[in-house]
Amino acid sequence: MKRISFSKLIFIFLGGVILLFIIAPLISMTMATSSTSLFETATDKEVLNSIWLTLRVAFLTTLFFALGSIPLAYVFARYNFPLKKLFTGLIDLPIVIPHSAAGIAVLGFISRDSTIGGIASTFGLDFVGHPIGIGLAMAYVSVPFLINAARDGFEAVPERLEKAALNLSASSARVFFTISLPLASRSIISGLIMMFARGMSEFGAVIIVAYHPMITPVLIFERFGSFGLKYARPVSVIFIAVCLVFFIGLRLIIKNKHDAKD
Amino acid sequence: MLKINKLNKKFKDFNIRNLSLDITKGDYFVILGKSGAGKSLVLEMIAGLVQPDSGAIFLDDIDLTKKKIQDRKVGLVFQDFAIFPHLTVRNNIAYSLKAKHESKQIISEKVLRFAKESNVEHLLNRYPSKLSGGEKQRVALARTLANNPDCLLLDEPLSSLDIQLKEELRELLRAINKRGITIIHVTHDYEEAIALANNVAVMHNGEIVQSGEIHEVFQNPKNEFVARFTGVKNFFEAEIINRNQAKLNNKVTFQIPVQTKPIEKAKILIESKHIIISPNKIESSATNSFQGKITKVIEIPFGFELIVDIGIPLAVLITKESKEKYNFKARENAWVSFKASEVKIIL
Repeated sequence: MKRISFSKLIFIFLGGVILLFIIAPLISMTMATSSTSLFETATDKEVLNSIWLTLRVAFLTTLFFALGSIPLAYVFARYNFPLKKLFTGLIDLPIVIPHSAAGIAVLGFISRDSTIGGIASTFGLDFVGHPIGIGLAMAYVSVPFLINAARDGFEAVPERLEKAALNLSASSARVFFTISLPLASRSIISGLIMMFARGMSEFGAVIIVAYHPMITPVLIFERFGSFGLKYARPVSVIFIAVCLVFFIGLRLIIKNKHDAKD
Repeated sequence: MLKINKLNKKFKDFNIRNLSLDITKGDYFVILGKSGAGKSLVLEMIAGLVQPDSGAIFLDDIDLTKKKIQDRKVGLVFQDFAIFPHLTVRNNIAYSLKAKHESKQIISEKVLRFAKESNVEHLLNRYPSKLSGGEKQRVALARTLANNPDCLLLDEPLSSLDIQLKEELRELLRAINKRGITIIHVTHDYEEAIALANNVAVMHNGEIVQSGEIHEVFQNPKNEFVARFTGVKNFFEAEIINRNQAKLNNKVTFQIPVQTKPIEKAKILIESKHIIISPNKIESSATNSFQGKITKVIEIPFGFELIVDIGIPLAVLITKESKEKYNFKARENAWVSFKASEVKIIL
């Protein structure tokens, strides 16, 4: 029989503890939730509406911000310009600041007292307490995941392939859409998934910008505060299940794609 | 005609200096040089991938220097092929045709034509990750040719191929050149130049050291660098008259290594250091033995080079000691001999 070395055993043990730390609370939460309460929650209109709102806003926000983030990531990957390192660092800023502070920052930016919020309110649009406000709060803390992943993806595309495409009479736009983008697609989709998942699970920034309409993380918090653990738990289990379905499904989509890392 | 006029490009630790070249339409031009000599950079400047600091490049009297890459009508085949990994061979070849918005029917016809010419029509539905080095090289060629370039730029196209594939690809390159496409081919391998070039330029440290017709450059190197780099003077067009004999200039017959496949013509090459010269005929295992007249005695840094006329001029290298011992002089007769196995056939 193959012998396992002592150091390997230590590694397996320590790794196992960490894995258990991640999985155990989720399993215990699921086990502690009765099927009756799960069924009741799954048919609760307030819960369903909030899950639908969370998914819809996170998805549309991700798509909308991808329009600017992907070109920005390409610029970071391909061009050198003054203060590039500073700008690259700034991209990571929303990840490292407290999310409630991020929410305060976004609120200051979109409230009716701000320029942008003021202009929007003249058209009858109030970002605060509106799905757009929720989307902006989600985007603020999640867009760095997309930009960083897309930049890594573009950096992995050999410039020679882009030059070869230019030499084959393709315009710069065509080179971007037929060479750079498809070859970086796996990283970009990974970034999109991360941004979507991060946006969907955001609580701290969103609750400051919009308590209502209630996205699921806020609903979980509200039920916990008002009714206790027993009522918050089934919503959490259902929402985690929804998140997992999306996460696994989207990961499977990118599994068989050709890209620059092949 | 491609004219390069006083091209300069400065980098931190490398410069292209005053590089000028005239390449006639339909020529097969080889730029020879060691790695790092700046050969690939010259191709990239012609293709527009790198902008020179000064100087100009003209193709058929049109100034390319400020033209966009897409408008230059030159096709570059990269050393690493630069095949698009996410596209099938078919879509790789069709890439330029789609960029020009050709109709589906024309794209399909042209893809098939260029795939057939490059012998990759059986690979059209494969992805590049499933291709060998030689197949990738052919796909890269077909893809570039499909863009209908006036001038084909080849960056070390044979360097990663084995001997068999090299011979096949050389044949393809000759056929493409015969169609009237000017080819500029950069390499570090003088055998490739001998096999393919009409004209050559030898490049060193970002400068053209010597250029001209291949025999002229190889047989009259301007300086020691060219002499050492080109390395060989004895190469000739030969008619392969049977499996182990070749006729040169319709005058001299050489014994050659036994050929396993039928060939009519080839270039043959004998390195000077493999030829033995003696005042009288010597008995040995060398099957090639000829009497000739010494026409030139040239002193070189590591001895002497003697040119012996045996119906064709043959360059022979000897040491100073040998020359003194046998007292070889111009206009005197001598015998030269070499083994058949030292005769290299280049297809």
